[in-house]
Amino acid sequence: MLLDIEGLSIDLPTPYGGCRVVRDVSFSLRAGQSLGVVGESGSGKTMTALALMGLLPDGAVVSGALRFEGRDLAPLGEAEMQMLRGDRIAMIFQEPMTALNPLHRIGAQVAEPLILHRGLSKAAAWAQAVKLLGHVRLRDPERIARAYPFALSGGERQRAMIAMALSCGPKLIIADEPTTALDVTVQAKILDLLAMLGAESEMAMLLVSHDLAVIARHCRRVLVMYGGAVMEEGPVEAVLGQTLHPYTRALMEARPTLGAPRGERLRAIPGAAPSGPSEPKGCAFADRCPLALEACRAEPPPPLRLPDGHSVRCIRVDAEGRLT
Amino acid sequence: MTLALSAKRSRAGASLRLGALLVALLVGAAALSLVWTPYPPAAMDIPNKLLAPSFAHWLGTDALGRDVASQILAGARVSLLVGVIAVGIGLGFGVALGLLAATAQGFIEDAIMKFCDFTFAFPALLMAILLTATYGPGVINAILAIGIANVPIFAKLTRSAANGVLAREFAMAARASGRGPFAIAFEHVLPNIAPPLIVQATIQFAIAILAEAALSYLGLGAQPPLASWGRMLADAQAWMYVAPRLAIFPGLAVALSVLGLNLLGDGLRDALDPRLRARR
Repeated sequence: MLLDIEGLSIDLPTPYGGCRVVRDVSFSLRAGQSLGVVGESGSGKTMTALALMGLLPDGAVVSGALRFEGRDLAPLGEAEMQMLRGDRIAMIFQEPMTALNPLHRIGAQVAEPLILHRGLSKAAAWAQAVKLLGHVRLRDPERIARAYPFALSGGERQRAMIAMALSCGPKLIIADEPTTALDVTVQAKILDLLAMLGAESEMAMLLVSHDLAVIARHCRRVLVMYGGAVMEEGPVEAVLGQTLHPYTRALMEARPTLGAPRGERLRAIPGAAPSGPSEPKGCAFADRCPLALEACRAEPPPPLRLPDGHSVRCIRVDAEGRLT
Repeated sequence: MTLALSAKRSRAGASLRLGALLVALLVGAAALSLVWTPYPPAAMDIPNKLLAPSFAHWLGTDALGRDVASQILAGARVSLLVGVIAVGIGLGFGVALGLLAATAQGFIEDAIMKFCDFTFAFPALLMAILLTATYGPGVINAILAIGIANVPIFAKLTRSAANGVLAREFAMAARASGRGPFAIAFEHVLPNIAPPLIVQATIQFAIAILAEAALSYLGLGAQPPLASWGRMLADAQAWMYVAPRLAIFPGLAVALSVLGLNLLGDGLRDALDPRLRARR
């Protein structure tokens, strides 16, 4: 198992005390596998990703076990995490416009991890960077390497970011909404590229997104998060084909579809996502759930494993995988 | 859009050129005074006092018969020295403290910022009087007082600009690729905050020249026989109604230097922007 997370909880400091933003999240990832993490803003997806990188804000308290390549990440110090970051675990960010330093040439930024982790000379790292830029299907990589970020389009920058993230051949890549800032045709190309490069080198991918269609197309497994907790988890076909959790259903219904009658409104989920230090005793979604019972608010629902490899946390789902 | 932009560009280019010209004049005057002045700047010639400008004395002579042109040339040296060293002290200590505060955060950041507030609350003039009272008046003490007053200005500017850069995604991306906080401070933050620092440095340079003139005017800075524009202004005060030109010439020298530095700062800021650089 490449990555194994068990009972991860994260508390962020606030002036009123700790605020639990991620509660009891568990999942694992094999080499070469892709896992999608879906959920609305504030559901804890990004915090989970940052915890893997050891890049949580100062004062954040992490509990639970994080194992990467069989090694526990929790006791590692900042220096050891620095060796891991960019080498074994890399990250791609949401905004290609701001994730590259505007004052350094693209080639120098792609070369940086190589100099840092592989000890290459500047010239060797630059040559390798040009190769990498070609590898992410950028035309004329020599010119791109010499360019400053502003001279590139959004799609080109995101490809450059990918080249930078992949430079040291990481075993795990975390892509935090990597295509949200790009238009749809470029989105698909970038994600196809990531999937292809991942398959080439047995690299596992954690794709964080709020877009179910993106996850359905590019991931084998999916994790649905709400209010910092995992609601539903399993193979993409099972979770999105046989949706059980009321929250996942609401997410599916809130998507715009082509060919819907004109003037039909999207089905928004009533209420707002939880925020701030209020700690729900029961299911995080209970307050907005159309099927909520009194028992839902009493204690967090235990995970229920179904025969199709699918696990759901909802007391309204019975052992045969029916919503009662 | 393009038209407005290019108009703005050419104006920026003009201010850069005019600023550079004025600053070059200042530097040139200081350099020239090292090897040549029309008369020794401190040489008195009482029979020829308060002469109007002529071929022999381009800008006339003062109440002691000293050549005004020679004193202005020599005074540029003092102004330049004060500006360079005072801004150097401010930049050196201020940028280091500001970067440290933004990078270390927490207790260290609070302590540095409290120190800056404390220094801010202590006026440069008071500092100069204090240093003068302790070590006697002189240019060195004036420079030290102005330089120390510059430190918190650069520290605060550096910290706030650095925090702005650290909040941007590429700082996080650099951490995600395994860079340490201090490497990020030097390689990613410092180049990105250079433009406001350069602009502030030229402004502080101009302020330092004004401050030196003010301190010398009060007798806390340059002492005779060292020529200084501030001291020339102080001497001219008694002759304001008889020979106002004695105040006008050094006053003009101060004003043109300050104007030139400000224009240069503005022009440099635009010239240093890589987006504008590539479009040219």
